[in-house]
Amino acid sequence: MLHEITFTVNNDPYTIAVQSQQTLLKVLREQLGLTGTKIGCENGECGACTVLFDGEPVNSCLVLAAEADGHEIETVEGMSIGGDLHPLQKAFIEHNAVQCGFCTPGMLMSAKSLLIHNPQPNELEIREALAGNLCRCTGYVRIIEAIQDVAQNG
Amino acid sequence: MAEHTNNPVGKSVPRVDAFDKVTGAAKYVDDMQFGPGLYYGKLVHSPYAHALIKGVDVSKALALPGVKAVVTGEDTPGRIGLYMKDRYIYARGRVRYVGEPVAGVVAITEELAEEAAKLVAVEYEELEPVFDPYEAAQPEAPVLHPKMAEYQWPPFIFPEPGTNVSEHFKLRKGDVEAAWPKCAAIVEQTFRLPQIQHVPLETHVAISRWDETGAVTLWSPSQSPFAQRDLLAQSLGISHGDMRVISPYVGGGFGGKAGISIEANVVVMARAVKGHPVKVQMTREEEFVCTNVRQSLYAHTKIGCDAQGKVLAMETQYYFGGGGYNDYGVNIARASGYSCTGPYLIPNIKGDSRSVYTNTPIGSAMRGFGMPEIHWGIEQIMDRLAEKIGMDPAEFRRQNCVRTGEEILTGMKMPPVDLVACIDKATEAIGWGQKKPASAPEKKRGQGLAIMWKAPAMPPNPGSSAIVRFNEDATLNVYVGAQELGQGAFTVAAQMAAQALGIPYEWVRVSANPVDTKYSPYEWQTVASRITWAMGNSVKAAAEEARQKILDVVAEYWDEDPENLDIKDGVVISYQSEREQSLKNMVIYGLPNDNYEGWQGGPIVGTGKFMPTYITGLDKETGQGTRSVAHYSVGCQAIDLEVDTATGQVDILKIASAYDVGKAINPDLVLTQIEGGAVHGMSSAFEGMFFDAKGRLKNPSLVDYKIATAMDAPHEIHGDIIETPLDDGPWGARGVGEHVMVQTAPAIANALYNALGVRFDDLPLSSEKIYLALHAQETGEK
Repeated sequence: MLHEITFTVNNDPYTIAVQSQQTLLKVLREQLGLTGTKIGCENGECGACTVLFDGEPVNSCLVLAAEADGHEIETVEGMSIGGDLHPLQKAFIEHNAVQCGFCTPGMLMSAKSLLIHNPQPNELEIREALAGNLCRCTGYVRIIEAIQDVAQNG
Repeated sequence: MAEHTNNPVGKSVPRVDAFDKVTGAAKYVDDMQFGPGLYYGKLVHSPYAHALIKGVDVSKALALPGVKAVVTGEDTPGRIGLYMKDRYIYARGRVRYVGEPVAGVVAITEELAEEAAKLVAVEYEELEPVFDPYEAAQPEAPVLHPKMAEYQWPPFIFPEPGTNVSEHFKLRKGDVEAAWPKCAAIVEQTFRLPQIQHVPLETHVAISRWDETGAVTLWSPSQSPFAQRDLLAQSLGISHGDMRVISPYVGGGFGGKAGISIEANVVVMARAVKGHPVKVQMTREEEFVCTNVRQSLYAHTKIGCDAQGKVLAMETQYYFGGGGYNDYGVNIARASGYSCTGPYLIPNIKGDSRSVYTNTPIGSAMRGFGMPEIHWGIEQIMDRLAEKIGMDPAEFRRQNCVRTGEEILTGMKMPPVDLVACIDKATEAIGWGQKKPASAPEKKRGQGLAIMWKAPAMPPNPGSSAIVRFNEDATLNVYVGAQELGQGAFTVAAQMAAQALGIPYEWVRVSANPVDTKYSPYEWQTVASRITWAMGNSVKAAAEEARQKILDVVAEYWDEDPENLDIKDGVVISYQSEREQSLKNMVIYGLPNDNYEGWQGGPIVGTGKFMPTYITGLDKETGQGTRSVAHYSVGCQAIDLEVDTATGQVDILKIASAYDVGKAINPDLVLTQIEGGAVHGMSSAFEGMFFDAKGRLKNPSLVDYKIATAMDAPHEIHGDIIETPLDDGPWGARGVGEHVMVQTAPAIANALYNALGVRFDDLPLSSEKIYLALHAQETGEK
């Protein structure tokens, strides 16, 4: 069954038709072409598809697209609107917190949400905020450092 | 272009791929768009570990509206395989592991393909399976490949047709029997390691399209685009010139995206629907059961030393669980044979390393290529020997580790390394011997260390090539066929090109994404930690050729000797006349003769290649030869950990690593490998694929197969870089990407022993296993 939904993605308004069983993840990637959000397991286990749903991090593979009706969604593509990198993006580059890059968009989303809610997190709080975002390359060290850097220096 | 980073080799310049990756702009295969003509494929997997195929009925699947084709073993009569050509793209006659592709369904949607896949009716006759590599090597074991003698394999592989042994490497040196009586301490132990998975965040995905003209394209996240092209061309009878593999960024490889797994299946699907691209994306569950995994190992090892702690003899039997088919497996067993001692100088050795077919997923390359597996046992035995003769384990290793120029187990002279410096650095960083108190009464603290070596395991003659090409403003495009897996290959390629040419790093653009076999210069494979070294040499050669062309043009223009000219900061200078010539424009348009009477020069392009030419064969009976490998990288890791005796939970407090990389082209990127590898290594110690009695994987999900999270990562990871230049490395560099996890598991095991006085011979470790071992007396068990 098709549902018409109206929502914003990265501050842009959209009204689109989505299937009942379609996930937000698939709609973002396939209908809106926002492929920065990655598919890692489609089971809510890896965090690669993390986006912000009214500012809260969600696994977009576990959210039905129809649920987004009337809500605000932010993806990695929304972090650098206008061409200026978000401080977290800059810090990820400066700290070499990126390797293969596949977990990076989801990591950035979780990190952004953390700093909105808790601008001065301690190391444990950062680790907890990232616990649902798996990374096989970096060992998490640089990602944690990059977030600490932004928290301390803006 | 404002910034000028000159002489960038050795500097921690920023990654060239980072911007795309933090903005979501970086394209991976699943992000590529193919339009409405795209079809979707789904594999039909074997539900049996070992069975004969009595019949395949595709009629019901084909009858479903929207289903375009079903392909089976009937469509793939030719065998395929990286070293041992031992498998059909779709099974024919027999299946050898749960998950093996038996058929492929192509439909207009993914959902339809999945539905149709369930309608493919396959009739099986179950056979007795064998899972344990040691059991599989015994004479009474069911033989998985009765026709092995018909297979093709390269001359350096020694299979034993009629058995399950697909490779048997023998190392014989000195006289072990004569040495045992001279030993003051001997440790003999069996170790077992389960199969484990790479768990890249990006699962395998492939898209293929056949043109009516016969041109074939495959899009896949691949560490081996050129090797895939070669295998597909050979197996399917396609000209190499018509077989094109395109590979954008890879979302995690670790060896799992090397060689070939599902890609050939997708190409065969696409052949059935010419003109339409066909896409197959592995689910996470399929990723676990149907793509390559790290081999299991049964190791029985005996090592002895004299009263002074000098290691005198080693006898070892390695049985790698190769899985149903081999891919890299035979060469892993071979590499583990010619490096079977670990990084030790041992005068008397008897080593046998076998790859054995088992009814499990295809055991293949994973970061370290046999070395993490064999070091697990070796590094625990060395600790136990040191304890037996009352010697500090670090000192024991300093005394026995290999040194530059020594004759190692195969008879080859050890290329330059400084393992003692690695041991010194790692022990210093961990505070070796100054164990700190545990944080709570029920906790126990321990320190442990382990050392490692690893050579790039590859055929004797893997080639690399590179091209550099200037633009009008003297920016430079560097073309390589090496892949960016996250390790930083593109960044070091740019650094090396800038350094060799004498231009700022900021002027270099890397034209390697995607790697495209139609346009990229040849690269054998992005594996074996060989890219910085081999690709690096080819980039350096290409840049040096371009530099020479520029100098020749300017020398003639100035009527000077090119020997007196140099390029600094993108400007040609003369040490003789002190003249200067900007590279801008002249690298495309050349330079005018006097009074514009003609021009000289023209567009500057440099090409370079590298291939080791000195690697020799090894004797079939003794494993002896002049030069078994290109080189070795070595390192040491030391661990500080704490165990909660009430729960068995391990908290890794610190991992200190030191590796000899020859030359760190980009020191910070080396450190990120050291850090990420330490956590990968730590995680691997707690990972295992668990099968039921029928060979079905019990934990094919990220909930049941845990990898380390941000909560598990050590509190501190310290890295030190040692630089003992390699004679044939670019600026002395050699690889480090795999080495960084080779000895983490045994270092943890040694630290656990230090904390608890308990040894663990089998992986994986777990809180449960540690708790039960600690409370064995209470529960009345061993």
